[in-house]
Amino acid sequence: MTNLLIEHGKIAAYDVLPRGDEKIIDATGKIVAPGLVDISAELREPGCEEDETIETGTAAAIAGGYTSIACMPETEPPIDTPAAVEFVRQKAARAKNCNVFVIACVSKDREGKELAEIGSLVEAGAVGFSDGSRPVQNAELLRRALEYCLMFDKPILNHPEVLELARGGVMHEGRTSMVLGLAGLPAEAEDVMTSRDIRLAESTGGRLHLSNISTTGSVDLIRRVKQRGVNLTCSIASANIALLDESLREFDAHCKLSPPLRSRGHLESCLTGLKDGTIDVIASGHTPRASEKKMQDIDLAPFGMVSLETTLSLVITHLIRPGHLDWPAALAKLSTNPARLLGLPKGTLAIGADADVVIVDPDAKWTVDPKQFKSKSSSTPLVGKELCGRVEKVIVGGEVRF
Amino acid sequence: MSTLAADFAHLPAVWKRRHLLDLESLSADEITCILDAAAAFKAATNDCRTKLSVLSGKTLANLFFENSTRTRNSFSLAAKRLGADTVEFSSSGSSVAKGETFIDTAKNIEAMNVDAVVIRHRTPGTPHLLAKNLRCTVISASDGPHEHPTQGLLDIMTIRERRPNLAGLTVALVGDIAHSRTARSNIWGLTKLGAKVILCGPATLVSRRWEEFGIEVAYNLDDILPRCDVLNLLRIQFERQHTRPFPSVREYALLYAMNRERMARAKDNILIMAPGPINRGVEITPDVADGPHSVILEQVTNGIAVRMAVLWLTLNAND
Repeated sequence: MTNLLIEHGKIAAYDVLPRGDEKIIDATGKIVAPGLVDISAELREPGCEEDETIETGTAAAIAGGYTSIACMPETEPPIDTPAAVEFVRQKAARAKNCNVFVIACVSKDREGKELAEIGSLVEAGAVGFSDGSRPVQNAELLRRALEYCLMFDKPILNHPEVLELARGGVMHEGRTSMVLGLAGLPAEAEDVMTSRDIRLAESTGGRLHLSNISTTGSVDLIRRVKQRGVNLTCSIASANIALLDESLREFDAHCKLSPPLRSRGHLESCLTGLKDGTIDVIASGHTPRASEKKMQDIDLAPFGMVSLETTLSLVITHLIRPGHLDWPAALAKLSTNPARLLGLPKGTLAIGADADVVIVDPDAKWTVDPKQFKSKSSSTPLVGKELCGRVEKVIVGGEVRF
Repeated sequence: MSTLAADFAHLPAVWKRRHLLDLESLSADEITCILDAAAAFKAATNDCRTKLSVLSGKTLANLFFENSTRTRNSFSLAAKRLGADTVEFSSSGSSVAKGETFIDTAKNIEAMNVDAVVIRHRTPGTPHLLAKNLRCTVISASDGPHEHPTQGLLDIMTIRERRPNLAGLTVALVGDIAHSRTARSNIWGLTKLGAKVILCGPATLVSRRWEEFGIEVAYNLDDILPRCDVLNLLRIQFERQHTRPFPSVREYALLYAMNRERMARAKDNILIMAPGPINRGVEITPDVADGPHSVILEQVTNGIAVRMAVLWLTLNAND
């Protein structure tokens, strides 16, 4: 039995006897962990408030055990000015849910043509740079961005996808897409860009994070390059640790995700990559889209799902319980690693650290019902699925927020 | 061929489905059931000319989000031959252009108390989605490149009239397999009934992955031609491509068009089919399209028979 004392918003001490005036939380039989840190959630505000707002998105984060999230510039206009960074930070402070850190655009207006004012954006508080769902197609621009970011020691998050190979696709290209007649997103659309990005990271020495990888090719390439000691990290979105392209058999637009749900071989490669440390981070992949958009036919419906409130349970159900990862390894990928690679003083319960804590009942079973979500959107391929593990309490900076 | 009573009073015991969405999910018995009913309707209506009243009082809505003349008229005629009323909706003339989702459009039409919706849409799976969202019968009139179940059925009916035993027949589907709904419906229907299917076309339009389903894939038409009992020549769907999958129409015709020279090397009793609209000079030369082996116009007549059978079966399973 261990006691953990939180004082003045910090982790103060372990194994001290209660003085009697503290608020006591009994976590017997529960997992007490550093609050989760998401590396790339979409909050959609400003501009796409029909999908999510900073207030609802951070409430969803808290409900899912996240005490810090980094939000993507997947907004309208995209976050490419210091004022836009400031707007998000102020809104987040007012919402008073979890900590929010801003990932700003690599290129102006996410057009992939000219660098955004990266230095000013760092000054305003940006912790990383990404063009989100519009990966940088221009190799010269990415090379410049990787070099330029060296001055500020900030990572570039690029989702590897060659657009001309992926154009028009709605699901993983394979046996299932062939039978269904749905346009495919081939694995090589990812592999080709992963390969290019790795070369650029290696030659520039820049800090590259490959976001949301999903293919055997990516995992193999990244494993090899890490063995050579190149400074490179990568993440996988939560849906890609659990679901297969066969989920699209019912033509359900809720299963239309980017990166797409892949076939079993790719999923197994990703599991191996998670186990051997090739994949550093498990991201929520939170990409909320309003239900009226998802109600369109599958060709028109946008990519995306809400996942801040299901990621931890998905990890417990599909990685921890089957024995792919133990709790420390899982928490490293959900909290410690993302915090470290964004340079945040989070993801730890060391004495003196911010008291961002999540308490989890690892055995509680629950059934996914989007009506219970705090998120403004409800689209998820997990409707009706039974998952293991529930968030019981969330403490942010010493304050109980859930 | 048929054991159906002439008055079509009772549904065959094997038929339980309220919808026809694809052929992949049907059993061989269910497909045979539709084909038998189609043959019986064709006989009972003097080759789809005269009227019956087995569906009087029923209303069918044609909900076409993609252009169609043949299939839409075929469904309308089938419904009218059986005494049902029809209502026509097309995307250009409805609120779809105003941004309404297709599910809302369909729900509005259902609220007018129609008994069946026939849907054609450019997106795979839309009939399946409608079947989940509507209470009435849903019949697919094709969903993008996925399936065109009544086309598959009418193709098989046409083959069966000439070759009653499908088991052991070799049927080649030639052309743009990747974007062809006709191909997918034929693949499932024919293989379930025991025929051997060969897919033939340029490598950019025929996936080798079909071999995982025990289907032969060939790039060279001349290699497989002597073995074929039936050729089904599919149209190149230029409208569904980003970049052209072959260098020129001329080169495609050189490699895949059925012409007099190729006919000379085919079996004497080969059947030439095409789902239409045909591109004369691309996949088929006029002399072959109009020649003695061509059953292209029989396919059109059988389309009405098959659609009568499908309407009768699904609408009565609905009761």
